[in-house]
Amino acid sequence: METDQCTLYYKSKTVNSALSRTEWIQLKEVLSFHDWKLVTLALPKSCHLSSHQITVSSSHICRLYDRFHALDKDDKGSLNRSDFQNISELAVNPLGDRIINAFFPDGMDLIDFNSFVRILARFRPVDQNPKKEPNAPEPINSRVNKLKFAFQLYDQDKDGKISKSELLQVLRMMVGVQVTEEQLESITDRTIQEADLDGDDAISFEEFKKSLDKVDIEHKMSIRFLR
Amino acid sequence: MGSLSVWRLTLVVFYIVVVIHGSSASYVNGKTPTTSSPGQPSNTVHTFPAPEKEYLPVFQINYPRIQIPFEITLWILLASLAKIGFHVYHKITVWVPECCLLIIIGLIVGGIMYSVHEASPAVLTTDVFFLYLLPPIVLDAGYFMPTRLFFENCGTVLWFSVVGTLWNSIGIGISLFGICQIEAFGIQDINLQENLLFGTIISTVDPVAVLTVFEEENINEQLYIVALYSLFKYMSQIDHVDSIDIFLGTADFFVVGFGGIMFGLLFGFVAAFTTRFTTNTRELEPVFVFMYSYLAYLVAELFSLSSIMAIVTCALTMKYYVEENVSQRSCTTIRHFLKMWSSVSETLIFFFLGVTTVTSKHEWNWAYIGFTLIFCFVWRGLGVLVLAQIINNFRTIPFTFKDQFSMAYSGLRGAICFSLAFLLPHTFPRRNLFTTAAIAVIIFTVFIQGITIRPLIDYLNLRRTNRKLMTINVEIHGRAMEHAIAGIEDLCGQWSHYYWKDKFKKINDRFLRKVLIKDNKPQSSIVSLYKKLQLQNALVLLDSNGGISGAPSLTSLQEQKPTKPETFLPEEVRSMQELLSKNMYKIRERTLTYTRHSLPNETRTKEILLRRHSSIRKSMRKAGTWQTPVGDDDDDDDIPSEINFPPARPRLQLRAKETRRALQPPRNELQTVNEVRTDSRRTPMVDYEKRGGSAVSENSEGRGTGTKRALTPMRRVWSFNEQGLKNNEKEDQMEMEEFRNAPAANRREEATEEVSDSETTHPLLSRPMDQYKP
Repeated sequence: METDQCTLYYKSKTVNSALSRTEWIQLKEVLSFHDWKLVTLALPKSCHLSSHQITVSSSHICRLYDRFHALDKDDKGSLNRSDFQNISELAVNPLGDRIINAFFPDGMDLIDFNSFVRILARFRPVDQNPKKEPNAPEPINSRVNKLKFAFQLYDQDKDGKISKSELLQVLRMMVGVQVTEEQLESITDRTIQEADLDGDDAISFEEFKKSLDKVDIEHKMSIRFLR
Repeated sequence: MGSLSVWRLTLVVFYIVVVIHGSSASYVNGKTPTTSSPGQPSNTVHTFPAPEKEYLPVFQINYPRIQIPFEITLWILLASLAKIGFHVYHKITVWVPECCLLIIIGLIVGGIMYSVHEASPAVLTTDVFFLYLLPPIVLDAGYFMPTRLFFENCGTVLWFSVVGTLWNSIGIGISLFGICQIEAFGIQDINLQENLLFGTIISTVDPVAVLTVFEEENINEQLYIVALYSLFKYMSQIDHVDSIDIFLGTADFFVVGFGGIMFGLLFGFVAAFTTRFTTNTRELEPVFVFMYSYLAYLVAELFSLSSIMAIVTCALTMKYYVEENVSQRSCTTIRHFLKMWSSVSETLIFFFLGVTTVTSKHEWNWAYIGFTLIFCFVWRGLGVLVLAQIINNFRTIPFTFKDQFSMAYSGLRGAICFSLAFLLPHTFPRRNLFTTAAIAVIIFTVFIQGITIRPLIDYLNLRRTNRKLMTINVEIHGRAMEHAIAGIEDLCGQWSHYYWKDKFKKINDRFLRKVLIKDNKPQSSIVSLYKKLQLQNALVLLDSNGGISGAPSLTSLQEQKPTKPETFLPEEVRSMQELLSKNMYKIRERTLTYTRHSLPNETRTKEILLRRHSSIRKSMRKAGTWQTPVGDDDDDDDIPSEINFPPARPRLQLRAKETRRALQPPRNELQTVNEVRTDSRRTPMVDYEKRGGSAVSENSEGRGTGTKRALTPMRRVWSFNEQGLKNNEKEDQMEMEEFRNAPAANRREEATEEVSDSETTHPLLSRPMDQYKP
């Protein structure tokens, strides 16, 4: 029985807590006609990841839902890796596999709609005028979180550092075959040298962040149509 | 020196042509009869009865007989030799696009011919142009068009082409009319209608010229498609040259457009259907493709419909099915021939443009021509700006200013514009003025814009990225992030089109494929492909590691590195930066840039897929058992695997009988491009474990509807027993055994297949196993 765990808030009132597929489809019709400014999804408490409040506009939720179900060819209600690999462009993206991996954190095999949206929500463009509440959790699409995503692409073993071999792997994937191994090695050495501040021959997240100080991450790691 | 000799040769050929023209002319005029063929009566009449004794001519020249084909061949040869000549001398082609050089050569030859008072070869008549020279170019563009990209941007394309062309033509026409009113320029007699007509002619952006200039720039395909289609829409309007009755005009416009599309679809399906039965006549397959397309073109011309739309639609529909039905060699033949013909055509067009420029009658009016040029630019720029602003609201990936600038600047007029000007009847007032103006605009845009576009784009690119401040870190990480974002965007997909695409796919699967594609497809494509990829993989390893496999060198290097490397010299850093910027993959090259002069370049996608292939193999090999989830220690070898998926499919134990069934993957396993390939008949030879390897499939021309010929899914079924495989050789052996078993199962199917076709060689099926046999 497929249910999409989804909590909808409208004007800070809980409207619905758990929707079945048919209810969701009906609700979608409603959503697209009414002018609900924001629909907030809260993760179910059962999920062991910390719950962020994320905000995605309602029309995008509908679209993402359509896309989710279009990708889900077996109508399982969740996506596995092969569904992602169906996307032809990802197959020829040099970092395609790693992107797919990023959707399946911690060895989980299936991803439901909530997590799908949650991961995509990172790529929302950053709000220009953030209301700074002192205790509010960091918005999911903040610069730091975007950088974390990029960091994850390198750091496959999740030890918090980009080692030389990890960097070399990624570099090898991104570069044509005419570059020799020695050249790649020296480039990797130079990269680590530039960024490594504490001399451990690896790039930690802080060093990573610092090296990308001048780069406009908010723009680079945003998808415009998720505004 | 190679270049000099080629130039000399070219000049020699020039003079041969001119001399022969001269002599042929004089022969025809009877001034100096140089030959006499046996049996021809002599000029004077003899009174005496004895017949004149004619000796058997040992050596004779009979030029008129072969004149026409000879001249055509010479022209083609000349133009092609000139092309070779350009490429030998590299420096020119860097700055000056080929079409400019061709026009220059044409001008020179035209000058020579003019000076010997030779009439221009009436080759660039509109009939010749539209019936012989244009179809190959358009067919080539249609055949190699990236279909997915086109359909995703369909709305934008139509918007720009229809509205944009109208905007341009009306704008230019009206403003020129305004100019005409000014008495000082002396062109008051041109009325509004004629001005509008001229505006329509001159606003035709020529895809031939645009593509020739821009192919080196790797401009976004979207731009080229837009440019291309703006022409198409014009072509459909050409039929109401004489009237400006707007209502009838628009109705006619739609009729013409849709009629062309309908005919194209009709012929496309007929062609696809025909190729279903060509199993025994493999050599004729290219013939069908070309003839049906050309027939579509001609029939559309017959009914005064848009022939360009017809031929492009025909090519689009046909390609998908034909490339499945047709043998690999025919496929290659078709592609090569298309490229060849379109290259020749285009060369000839530009060449003759130069020649006819010199030899036709001109009327020059500074004001008119000057203002025409100005207005062309102004209106095009405005048009692009305004239209892009409007359509950006509807696009998921909006046009940046740089894109807009490229689009505006790429408004090159070319031969089509010129021939349309020639199409004007001779009774048309001020016809010469119009043709002169058209030629002037063409030459100006092609030369000036063609030469300056490259530095401009470089400058624009340069402004964005301030190279000096970029560290290597930023460059690498920046590129990685760009790839990631491109991947995520692709993941989100183009939502609005998905519905129609799904519908089309359903119809396609249910009806069209059954009718148009023959059954019992040979497996040879997969086998040959697998073999090819293996070879390439080996070559890649050889190239990159100097003959020894990568692993040992890597470990040995790591062992030898006790100390940190010294700081790098700035020159080294700079060279590294250059290396990176040249060799890192650009994002979104998922479909290949269209180039007129060469077949689509598949190397990048192949490299990526090969790497995945090899890394998956490594990961398979490293992983002892199949149970390990992500991050487990088993996989942390010196070559960490790329993909650490736990197996999603239960292991299979294969026996010969079960081979066929076992090899059939479940429905959702057939991946990526081959979404349609879910029919159970397909028994893939090589099957990846579902965990990661799927989709080593590629579309050489486009995705979604593209050819399945290029890379069909590469799949390898791993057979492994319950204890898991610890032994690499055992693994390989079993792998090959599956490989062998699989074809055995399929061989029965193929026994009835084309035995005569050497391409499906059964030796090919068996060869990989023979190689790997222990």
